[in-house]
Amino acid sequence: MSLKIGIDIGSTTVKVVVLDEENQVLFRSYERHFSQVREKTCEILKRISDQLAGKDVHLVITGSAGLGVAKASGLDFVQEVYATAAAVNLYVPDADAVIELGGEDAKIIFFQGALEERMNGSCAGGTGAFIDQMATLMNVSVNELDKLSLQHEKIYPIASRCGVFAKSDIQPILNQGGRREDVAASILQAVVDQTVAGLTQGRELKGKIVFLGGPLTFLMGLRERFVQTLHLDGEHAVFPENSDCFAAIGAALCASDYQVRPFDELFTLLQQTVTLSGTTDTLPSLFQSEEEYHAFLERHNATHPPKVDIHTYEGPAYLGIDAGSTTTKMVLITPDGGILYQYYSSNQGNPVSIVHDQLVELYRQCGNRIIICGSAVTGYGEDLIRNAFRCDTGLVETVAHLNAARHFAPDVDFIIDIGGQDMKCFKIRGGAVDSILLNEACSSGCGSFVETFSKALGYHIADFSKLGLFVEHPVNLGSRCTVFMNSSVKQAQKEGASVADISAGLSISVVKNAIYKVIRAASADDLGKHIVVQGGTFLNDAVLRSFEMEIGRNVTRPTIAGLMGAFGAALSAKELGLSRSSLLSGEELDAFTHTAKPTSCGLCTNHCALTVNTFEGGRRYISGNRCQRPLGKEKSNMPNLYQYKYQKLRALSGKGEGNGLRGKIGIPFGLNMYENLPFWYAFFTKLNFEVVLSPESSRSLCRKGQYTIPSDTVCYPAKLLHGHLEALLDEQVPVIFYPCLPYNFDEGRGDNHYNCPVVAYYPELLAANVSRLRETRFLNPYFGLHRPRDFKKRADAYFETEFHIPPKEVHAAADAAYAAYAAYRADIRREGQAYIDYARKHQKKILVLAGRPYHIDPEINHGIDELITSFDFVLLTEDAVDYHMEKAPRKVLNQWTYHARMYDAARYVCTQKDMQLVQLVSFGCGIDAITSDEVREILEQGDKLYTQLKIDDINNLGAVKIRIRSLIAAIEAREWEQQPQ
Amino acid sequence: MAKLIYDETGRLLFTEEMKKEYTLLMPQMLPVHFSMMQRCLELHGYQVDMLTTNHRAIVDTGLKYVHNDTCYPALLVIGQLIEAVQSGKYDPHKVGLLITQTGGGCRASNYIHLLRKALARAGLEYIPVVSVNLSGLDKNPGFRLSLSLIRQLIFSMMYGDLIVQIANQCRPYEVDPGATDALIETWINRLVSGFEAGKGLKFSAMVQNFDAIAADFKALPQAGEPKIRVGVVGEIYIKYAPLGNNNLEAFLLSEGAEPVVPGLTDFIIFKIYNRDVDVDLYGGKWIKQKVVRIFKRYVEKCQHAMIAAIERSGFRAPEPFESLHQRVKGYLGDGNKMGEGWLLTAEMLELIHSGTNNIVCTQPFGCLPNHVVGKGMIRRLKDDYPTSNIVAIDYDPGATKINQENRIKLMLANAKRNPGHFAPAAPVETVPQKKSVAV
Repeated sequence: MSLKIGIDIGSTTVKVVVLDEENQVLFRSYERHFSQVREKTCEILKRISDQLAGKDVHLVITGSAGLGVAKASGLDFVQEVYATAAAVNLYVPDADAVIELGGEDAKIIFFQGALEERMNGSCAGGTGAFIDQMATLMNVSVNELDKLSLQHEKIYPIASRCGVFAKSDIQPILNQGGRREDVAASILQAVVDQTVAGLTQGRELKGKIVFLGGPLTFLMGLRERFVQTLHLDGEHAVFPENSDCFAAIGAALCASDYQVRPFDELFTLLQQTVTLSGTTDTLPSLFQSEEEYHAFLERHNATHPPKVDIHTYEGPAYLGIDAGSTTTKMVLITPDGGILYQYYSSNQGNPVSIVHDQLVELYRQCGNRIIICGSAVTGYGEDLIRNAFRCDTGLVETVAHLNAARHFAPDVDFIIDIGGQDMKCFKIRGGAVDSILLNEACSSGCGSFVETFSKALGYHIADFSKLGLFVEHPVNLGSRCTVFMNSSVKQAQKEGASVADISAGLSISVVKNAIYKVIRAASADDLGKHIVVQGGTFLNDAVLRSFEMEIGRNVTRPTIAGLMGAFGAALSAKELGLSRSSLLSGEELDAFTHTAKPTSCGLCTNHCALTVNTFEGGRRYISGNRCQRPLGKEKSNMPNLYQYKYQKLRALSGKGEGNGLRGKIGIPFGLNMYENLPFWYAFFTKLNFEVVLSPESSRSLCRKGQYTIPSDTVCYPAKLLHGHLEALLDEQVPVIFYPCLPYNFDEGRGDNHYNCPVVAYYPELLAANVSRLRETRFLNPYFGLHRPRDFKKRADAYFETEFHIPPKEVHAAADAAYAAYAAYRADIRREGQAYIDYARKHQKKILVLAGRPYHIDPEINHGIDELITSFDFVLLTEDAVDYHMEKAPRKVLNQWTYHARMYDAARYVCTQKDMQLVQLVSFGCGIDAITSDEVREILEQGDKLYTQLKIDDINNLGAVKIRIRSLIAAIEAREWEQQPQ
Repeated sequence: MAKLIYDETGRLLFTEEMKKEYTLLMPQMLPVHFSMMQRCLELHGYQVDMLTTNHRAIVDTGLKYVHNDTCYPALLVIGQLIEAVQSGKYDPHKVGLLITQTGGGCRASNYIHLLRKALARAGLEYIPVVSVNLSGLDKNPGFRLSLSLIRQLIFSMMYGDLIVQIANQCRPYEVDPGATDALIETWINRLVSGFEAGKGLKFSAMVQNFDAIAADFKALPQAGEPKIRVGVVGEIYIKYAPLGNNNLEAFLLSEGAEPVVPGLTDFIIFKIYNRDVDVDLYGGKWIKQKVVRIFKRYVEKCQHAMIAAIERSGFRAPEPFESLHQRVKGYLGDGNKMGEGWLLTAEMLELIHSGTNNIVCTQPFGCLPNHVVGKGMIRRLKDDYPTSNIVAIDYDPGATKINQENRIKLMLANAKRNPGHFAPAAPVETVPQKKSVAV
């Protein structure tokens, strides 16, 4: 018998295990490889080579990065899930399931019944690397994050699908003063939810569960979250010895199936591969020579504001604060834009204390010579900072950036700002923001990504990006979202790319992501002639250079690129023309205190997670609210057609005018059962059924059904259906009716009248995946409502077979249903017209929020409708205005009923001076890739602004607010311009 | 130079003159079928180039000109066409683009519109786009699907399906590497020359050719133990096109597996049948239904002949369309027709029943119909056939080969462990029947 060696090369670590004949562990090692995959593996083997030299061994490689090494060296390979299963069989033979988290992979193996193994899909990034990223975001080490989490008091809901989503949930909580302990626990909870929701896919996790992998070995907080979430006791939650090396142990166990070879031969093979260079797809280098780089630096460093000495200057000054999502920026300027003081720092999770300390310092340096005459705040933390320090004004980021850019380039026509977390691009036309492009929550390939990556590879960001400046062959990493980028990097490493190649590749990919994914530009002329680039990320020369190379045009980067938001805010503060700012005085700053307490709002069913910030003297600021009510104010009472429709539909349950003698029939409230509900409600109540409508959507309703969702990339409205069915099942309705409807009503406005594939066939997916449906009768027949006569024929036959209802009755019910549907549609139009009349009488602006019928669900739109009305808009739906337009050809195939309405609504809005249109888009809706371009084109041709709001299960309205406020600012700028001077 | 002529809606037409001067570029989906079809088009006086390029610039071009959230096949096909035009290999003023158009509620029916939009963005709006469809959409004076051409295309499909089915059973066991592909090439040439001489285009001639082809492949020297068979199903482009699926078949072969890829004929019959069943489900003209049924019966007759020929030759034959249709009852309704619809699930069932329990279900990232008919059915199949071993793989510009291959390897590891991998999987229980209860 010979020794058995298992090598598990993962995305971030190398694990090596040596077993003897009795499968006793003789050696084990778990180390980070910092991308030096082959070198690290050889290094570890070298350490034990003395004991192994001259012996025959079995050696097998496993792991996601191991595949490439095995291929290149000709060594044997086993798939890592398979290897893990082998180890578990030996050490915990009665295990029912295994949960293993690694650097980038999450796996579940089920042992009861048929053995089944699941790995995370390529979209699911929430694993070890995710925790690393989140720790960086909070500016703590992973171990500190773990310790913090153990002292949590509450858990915030955090989107658990992928890292980027979670980030945009966490950021506002941190910025608004949420407790770090709670955030830390919430992050770990998100990992748990992600694993459970993403991987169980209809199989319940129960019995004895074994937890494996690095994060679960080292992080007690993560263990606690898993144990609590799965309701496990000590006996059923197993954390075995060597749990971080199980895959390597398994590989060693499997090794006996493979040939014995001399250790020295194997080791040589492995060493030889170290020098192998890969054939990765590469790009041209950023700079050919040092001279070229110097010329480049000289050109850019020319754009800088005058520096004024704060210690000698006397006179007025203006303060600008940019409380960004990851960093806080402050500038103090003279009236002519000279910089007296500047500050740029990571906000370390608590922007309030940073701003406080800086103000104290600022006052100290200003002495009595400098009077602060105005102060303005912008950025994510605007409201909090403004309230905490009593700043004079607040402004939306886009406007702040425009102010600053115009200061340096008066004829600027395009601005792109890439910060740590977000990316803002906008065109300038006639001196006003014309169209805004923000990165969607899914593609935040921004500065913090490069930073996290450089840290993961053991470099400081500045050194890391310099590495790439002169490499000959930067790696082509594509232009997708950051989570995918992780795998691209993994692949490049596998193929032997150096850290420098990767550094350059990352800089280029940030740029490509911005240009092709966010801006969607085909050429430089799509952007503009005078482009100003700003944001901290552009201080990275590699990024700046790749941007210029990619668009083939020189751009302006002010030396204060990272401070432009604050600089623009300071310029706005100056515009106020005050003689003294209302900013807290030096004495008040000394007495300043700030405590943040999380709480849940109980004023409505939304249960917003509020943070109550209390300052000295009992001053308070509440954040996290979606409406004005927790602030003691009334809800906005502007007409809101979203709410009108929603309330109207929610009322459709019960017996109606019938007697309910045929019993209860359950209808899930989702997808096509929004707009078609009036139809089916009339139909069934006429047949004397009692309609049981599933409850209102909520996060917890979604969670209830999430264990049966088979495809994690489907849109949120579809995912909610699983919860709706569970709720109906809990009510024990004897029948659930949810038909398949490939065709929608033919409204005569398009080339065809389909529903989208998900809306059309989701009932069949539910039938196949929600096993509890066996408890009831689930009816999901195919119907077409677009041909009433044929519908009646089919319905006659169907309901006679299913319920023995005489065709005559079905006929009458169908007539009533068609009438009810028509009445509903007419009522929406009538109500919409009344709102328009109201708006015109009271001189209010009108906003058409164009989406699909199910977007009126408050859980789907997250209260965007209320947010919009709180900005003093009258809110309409697309189906309240589309009917005004005649059918017209479109450049795309216009074949979906719901989407055709949006085109016509957009066309109608173009004809109305006081109307704007904002498009709601569900994340994961492939059809909107087509419609959003088309709606944009219609609006831009009609000289209107295009605004798109992408929605998912994220609750954070921050990005939405920026867009709406920028839209308002742009409308005002346009109005101002059109006014006679 | 041909004049640019537009129709009344402003669409650039492909004119008679262009037919003489222009080269039509077409994407490749199924290598064997499409190269035969290309040759058929050439027989009818068109200059056609089938694009077989496969490099990163295609994806980058696609990302540049197509909305990045559009499905991956659209991005690839459009990227490939535009990249070819911009490559300098052709005079951009002397090329036209050929693209198929299907229709249906899936967003894929928008390909041609997205291609035109992309051309405009790239400043290439002077390039005519020719739609190949049987619905009479987007007619062009310089391009006509004549009856003789349609006939040749259908026969190409039948020959292609037969060749691919049996070649896939030879390639993993061939003694002389490359012998199978060489024989494919020989037969394509022989068949197309036959078409040119008007041969092989009658039903009886086709059957004779079927037998001759099968005999030739049977005669190829083969060796080795039976390998693990892996079925490939999915969205049509990703399933077939090597560009779309990162050379999936080659990868499976290199892993020591035998790929089993269901043919194109079922998809064509499926699309025809959809029109038939629409009338049953939602109403419509009986005459339309009648015509559709005649057409369907004809293609089915060809399919039966093909299956019979494969069976005679001793190769493993696929099931006819009707039997796939029977298998899917109880899983999905007949009305599930967008994209691959119920056919995708039916193909998985066929594979499982024919002893190919290991399946790769391919789809573009976020493919709408496949949420239901692909990923959405795997749970049910696993319940009903516990030994089925299905892995769903997403393809998109950002997905890396290593991730995909790692998942496929897991599936293969499971396959090797399963001792019964050659026996058809037995269902655990019969499909539960819905009870009708009187109320």
